Amino acid sequence: MTEETTTVTMTVNGETATRIVRVREHLVDFIRGELGYTGSHLGCEHGICGACSVRVDGDVVRGCLTLAVQCDGAVIETIEGLTDSGEIADLQVTFVERNAMQCGFCTPGMLMTAAELLAQKKPMSRDEIRAFMSGNYCRCTGYHAIIDAIETTNNSRLKG
Amino acid sequence: MGIIHPFERPNSYIGRSMSRTRAKRAVAGRGRYTDDITPPRTLHAAFVRSPYAHARITGIETDAAKAAPGVRLVMTGAELAEMCTGPWVGTLTVFENMKAEPQYPMAVDRVCWQGEPVVMIVADTRALAEDAGELVEISYEELPVVIEKETALDPSTPLIHPNLGTNKAWDKTIDTGDVDKAFAEADHVIEETFLFGRHTAVSLESRVVLSEYDPGTERLTIHTSSQCPHMIETVFAMTLGIPEHNVRIVAPDVGGSFGLKIHTFGDEVAATAASMKLGRPVKFVADRLESFVSDIHARENRVHAKIGVMNDGTMIAAEIDDLSGVGAYSQYPRTSVFEANQILNITFGPYKHPNYRAKATVVYLNAVPTSQYRAVGHPIGISVGEFMMDRAAEATGLDPFEIRRRNVMEDNSYPRQIGAGITMKDLSHEACLQKLHALMDYDALRGEQAELRAKGIYRGIGIAGFIKGTAPSPVGYYGAGGARIAAQDATTVKLEPSGGVIVCLGVTDQGQGVDTVMEQIAAAAIGMEVEQVRAISGDTDAVPYGGGTYASRATAIGGEATYQAARDLRREILEMAGQLLQASPDALDIVDGCVVDAEGGAERMPLSEIGRIGHFQLGELPGDYQPVLSHTRRYRLQDLPYIFTNGIHGAYVEVDPDTGWIRHLKHWVVEDCGRIINPLLADEQVRGGAVQGIGGALYEHCIYDVNGQLQNGTMADYITPMAAEMPDIEVAHVQTPTTESELGAKGAGESGTGAAPGVLMNAVNDAIRTLTDRHVTEQPMTPEVVLKALGKI
Repeated sequence: MTEETTTVTMTVNGETATRIVRVREHLVDFIRGELGYTGSHLGCEHGICGACSVRVDGDVVRGCLTLAVQCDGAVIETIEGLTDSGEIADLQVTFVERNAMQCGFCTPGMLMTAAELLAQKKPMSRDEIRAFMSGNYCRCTGYHAIIDAIETTNNSRLKG
Repeated sequence: MGIIHPFERPNSYIGRSMSRTRAKRAVAGRGRYTDDITPPRTLHAAFVRSPYAHARITGIETDAAKAAPGVRLVMTGAELAEMCTGPWVGTLTVFENMKAEPQYPMAVDRVCWQGEPVVMIVADTRALAEDAGELVEISYEELPVVIEKETALDPSTPLIHPNLGTNKAWDKTIDTGDVDKAFAEADHVIEETFLFGRHTAVSLESRVVLSEYDPGTERLTIHTSSQCPHMIETVFAMTLGIPEHNVRIVAPDVGGSFGLKIHTFGDEVAATAASMKLGRPVKFVADRLESFVSDIHARENRVHAKIGVMNDGTMIAAEIDDLSGVGAYSQYPRTSVFEANQILNITFGPYKHPNYRAKATVVYLNAVPTSQYRAVGHPIGISVGEFMMDRAAEATGLDPFEIRRRNVMEDNSYPRQIGAGITMKDLSHEACLQKLHALMDYDALRGEQAELRAKGIYRGIGIAGFIKGTAPSPVGYYGAGGARIAAQDATTVKLEPSGGVIVCLGVTDQGQGVDTVMEQIAAAAIGMEVEQVRAISGDTDAVPYGGGTYASRATAIGGEATYQAARDLRREILEMAGQLLQASPDALDIVDGCVVDAEGGAERMPLSEIGRIGHFQLGELPGDYQPVLSHTRRYRLQDLPYIFTNGIHGAYVEVDPDTGWIRHLKHWVVEDCGRIINPLLADEQVRGGAVQGIGGALYEHCIYDVNGQLQNGTMADYITPMAAEMPDIEVAHVQTPTTESELGAKGAGESGTGAAPGVLMNAVNDAIRTLTDRHVTEQPMTPEVVLKALGKI
């Protein structure tokens, strides 16, 4: 038995990558193993925990429930790309100042989802932020500090 | 004037909130976890695990798997056993009469729980290893399954391990005073039975090992997600017959641990053995589904409790009978009976009760082995003790705060012993009660509760006091108990030529901020800027032998070692500066990285000059003066088994009497972890710990069927707390430094988990008080449990 493969081309964090991928390989195994972007993490590999959250064509998706072959031609952004572009620099500073993470394993996924929240550019209550962030599990912080950091960043962006 | 103590200096790093350098790395996606490291020629291990809870292995056919694409090794449990020096036996001498069956890393001729590893496949990729695993044919003859702890000791129940002659692992009784007489004299005797479900840690990063054996140097290097690198070094060296000094353990970033990663697991030994056999790096990453059936479980207990109370609210007697259902084996090397032992130790721990009887019985089950998970035993003991205290308040017509005020050990009464015979020192129950009362705005909250009840909204207010054993000493379970796990710890503090300082830690950091805290301690103790101090931890080749991080010990034990080593370096720097400046060391001080005159503060010499001269320009020193510039100190707790901490939680919940749904509205914590080094990080330990406890109280439960099959081993089915359901948590502190160390720090990492379940159970019962005579006494408190208490189902 040989593993079925195909060739895909995608833009990952602004760089074009063409690779032969195993058709059964999910997106995060591909970008971690093949491209070396290890900032996206695998916490459950069944779509619950959100540690693998990455952007595909502008939408945050579960990278463990997306196959690499589905992303042929797609634009992928990971935490490394968001960091380099400076898009969430304010959020990252606030996360550090507020200690909104401990082990840091959930953090890249948490920031991907929080970036989506901030992009809405609308006032949100703590309860609304909590609901929005519910697809990203954190086992260390108890969430309070994470909600603080997102709320602070959202409010300060809205103030301009 | 003269030298000001480091704690008292203006802007001291002791007591200052600071962010963590590791955090800056984490937010950029630059964390380096074990699975992020893949050396050339790495192979990947996968396991075929037992589908049965109990069965004899009658045959294993591996030819097809060996012939599968990419497969480099197929190893059975029997083959692995031949590479091991012998089986593990999970007992400690301190647990008298404890019985444990010897256990090999993988099943040899019999499987005893669903999920036990049976065959390992090592292949070019994890996917190919799993493919080949499908081709392994194992024939089993099913054996009777023991899964109910209540009947595990019945004569008609089969034995899991016939060699032990019983399913009982251990029992223990404490009997202090005259309990029966006190119950006879009590105005009120209250009894209740409690059930606590099985939990597991669910660290977001699962267990991982990357083992690399170099046949040339005969050195074994293991990168692993561990809290206790030196313990892993010792156990793996002993198990695989390699000299300990030839084993290097590196724990890079660790993605959550919570006690799970203080243990040794058979599949990790197997992957390491494969690396030795193949001479190639072998990686094993537990996937989430196998984590649920191979990570340690915890908490499965039934407790019967009874207290005797006088009309004035004084508790005069307490009794508990605990039945603890552990797994198929006692987890090596820490054992599976700690939880029951801690329940006996700490239940009713805040209170004066001269008459105490406590019994624990620990039984084996055909389930995943249990062991230490954050706040071992405390969630159970505190839930039981604090529930009973509320019942006593009801019986005597006292407010929950008032009955606790009347029963807690007074803040000025230490040292004194609790009912379990353990000495308490430096605690602050009275101060914590007072602070929580104000923090919650308790009277206003009661007013709001009454107003809403009139409108048919059922809110409950709970409080729960606690003691928490932290930072165990070597006179107890470790060391004297027989386990080769260091209960002392060590730090080396070194001055570099640049004048910067490197701090090498025996304790480890899983995101708590241990590295940052140690940098603060060293900077304060020496008198330098924290930016000039860098901590190294988690590499046994780089740091002195230590116990690692477990039982809330890193700051309490490792912190004192760091403090003392840094003071030694400071003394040497002052001595050397005295030589160079023709001054008495006593007339000098170190401030912001510069040697200064103690009087007046005139700058004399920066530490970079000390570093330059001490390392290179030795001619500037007298010929017989030899700098060391590297100081190691070890510290252990001497007189006490633990440094106990204390505190109290408050909770405000709303219960929907139609659905049984609990909304957790607000949570307060007042705790005393002694001298706080970094308030920001201490608060977050408390908050995170509390939410882990809330998860256990409301949602988390490893559910087994009668055949010993885990029914909910996915993250979709085993529910952990999510952001939307969790409340904001207000944290406050009382600081009573421990008198056991100069630093005065106690442990902070687990108390939140210990007390949160109890306070929630009390709040829920307060919410439904007017609706039912029954009580919620089962955790997790699912809607079904609540509806049963309400008599609706």
